Amino acid sequence: MTVTIRQALNRALADALAADDDVFLIGEDIAANGGVFKITDGLLDRFGAKRIYDTPISEQAIVGCAIGAGMSGLRPVAEIMFADFAAVCFDQLVNQMAKMRYMSGGQVTLPVTIRFANGAGGAFGAQHSQTGENWFLNVPGLKLVAPSNPADAYGLLRSAIDDPNPVLFFEHKNMYNDKGELGDDPQPVEIGRAAVVRAGDSATVVATQAMVRQAVDAAERLAERGISLEVIDLRTIAPLDTETVGASVDKTNHLVIVQESPVAGSWGSTLVSDVVRDRFESLDAAPAIVATDSTPVPFGEAMERAWLPDADAIVSAVEGMLQA
Amino acid sequence: MVDDAQTIGAKPAGDEDLLAAMLEIRLFEDSCHELFTAGEIRGATHLGQGQEAVSVGFCRALRDGDTMTCTYRGHAATLAMGAPIDRSFGEMLGREGGLCEGKGGSMHLTDMSVGALGSFGVVGAHLPISVGAAFAAKYRDSDAVNVCFFGDGATNIGAFHESLNFASIMKLPVIFVCENNLYGEYSPIARTTPIECLADRASAYAMHGERVDGNDVIAVLETARRLIARTRSGEGPVLVEAMTYRQKGHARSDPGAYRPEGELEAWLERDPILLLERRMLENGATQERIDALRADVKQEVESALQQAQSWPEPPVEARLEHLAA
Repeated sequence: MTVTIRQALNRALADALAADDDVFLIGEDIAANGGVFKITDGLLDRFGAKRIYDTPISEQAIVGCAIGAGMSGLRPVAEIMFADFAAVCFDQLVNQMAKMRYMSGGQVTLPVTIRFANGAGGAFGAQHSQTGENWFLNVPGLKLVAPSNPADAYGLLRSAIDDPNPVLFFEHKNMYNDKGELGDDPQPVEIGRAAVVRAGDSATVVATQAMVRQAVDAAERLAERGISLEVIDLRTIAPLDTETVGASVDKTNHLVIVQESPVAGSWGSTLVSDVVRDRFESLDAAPAIVATDSTPVPFGEAMERAWLPDADAIVSAVEGMLQA
Repeated sequence: MVDDAQTIGAKPAGDEDLLAAMLEIRLFEDSCHELFTAGEIRGATHLGQGQEAVSVGFCRALRDGDTMTCTYRGHAATLAMGAPIDRSFGEMLGREGGLCEGKGGSMHLTDMSVGALGSFGVVGAHLPISVGAAFAAKYRDSDAVNVCFFGDGATNIGAFHESLNFASIMKLPVIFVCENNLYGEYSPIARTTPIECLADRASAYAMHGERVDGNDVIAVLETARRLIARTRSGEGPVLVEAMTYRQKGHARSDPGAYRPEGELEAWLERDPILLLERRMLENGATQERIDALRADVKQEVESALQQAQSWPEPPVEARLEHLAA
């Protein structure tokens, strides 16, 4: 069945709620209104007010409530409307949620999922458009997930909710209407495993979310010129699947990363560092990162489009690397 | 009045139990102070001598299944919930047998087995987490409550506002206990807070608020029982301001030189242990009995410390454990 990412996420939440009475949802406008992006649409009617809660605009209280309920044995799924708002509950996420199990010597278990609407391209301006995952890269204790298609959105969200550890789940807000196949009996997708979405042997291109499509577009264009890209959708940012990426680099000897964020402190930088450290002999050229500008996300349509990496930028990066 | 339902699973709270619990905490913290001075305990420590009645009064009004969160000044509350003394010392010392196997330290004493959900190092950060523990109790249709201890300073941080509002709108079973020890770290409260009575802040959340003499353990216990029963019955959260005094500085590096002359002496006269002992004597207890009880607790604390000191440090490889379940 062809569904949108929105429908896949909605189904994952519904299936998780149906499978386990300990699962509940909290967030701003998620119940009566079905969420600002309509991801929780219809769930209040189906599961009732005991399972689906509208909260005040209180991100610290939302995440803290999820932590307290999670450590008490429930499986909370909290929605933070925009990933940018992670900044207003940062302490709860990085000092509390990420550290509680460790600080307590393993006494605390936190099966908590926090969902965020991520990313640019929708003219939301600088405070509602950034990708949030890189903020958490050097916070041990958090899993970071970022799917790019309906089957992964479904399967990874089910895995996140089932996970006994805290998972930050990033949904690209500009991809909610993207379509793809979802089976009649969709299955969980393992967290921590990248997917090779297109096989090739000239260069490895690693991307997430909206950048996966740009990478595939670039691969199609380069294929006409006899250059075959292997495109990897990372899907999970922590833990990072360096094994899948490394195996691909061993084959292609070239690595290009495409990311919807500036370079500094990003998962792309981390991945380059890992590959250079572990696979230096496999590389025929210095890895490249196709990134955004190092500015906030601009509002104007042309500027926002220019800010985002696109297939042209990927094609140039690959050509430059292969010609060097 | 305390009804039968209220006392089922309740912790022992006779005068002698209360005195023993406060003495245990006092002697534990006095020992910690000495161990810090001697360099045996590392890092920061935040002692609460003089505030024991608040922790003991509230925690002894709880029953099995209730939970508690507290601050980095949390030795008293964690011990009052029933955390073993030896394992608490072990954690202070960073030993293998410590409550958190040496990963938490003084500021993070946690014993989930007695409902001590954690001691939190960031001011006010645990208020939202208490809200979540109370949410879980309500979600499960249990009548468990959560007691959340915090200092006067925490009433000025954003998480306080979010938590009280959230708890009130959802009618969650949290008893917010503000231990007003008159100082936020080094600053007297009047310099940081424009109102005198912090319990007044409850009205902003349509919540019941009241003050209690936090050095009178009997007054605290009675207040705690009354408010816990009220919250347990589904009437929603409350805010209690327990007036007390921190006899030591903010942390071990702080001699407390900012105190006005005579303030400490006046509060030492109202030491909660002294007050309870006086009351017990007035009610017919003998000095011999009190001395014997004190000696028993001293013996218990000393042997717990010896036990903890006999434990090794965890192997360094243990630092890689307990990140993920």
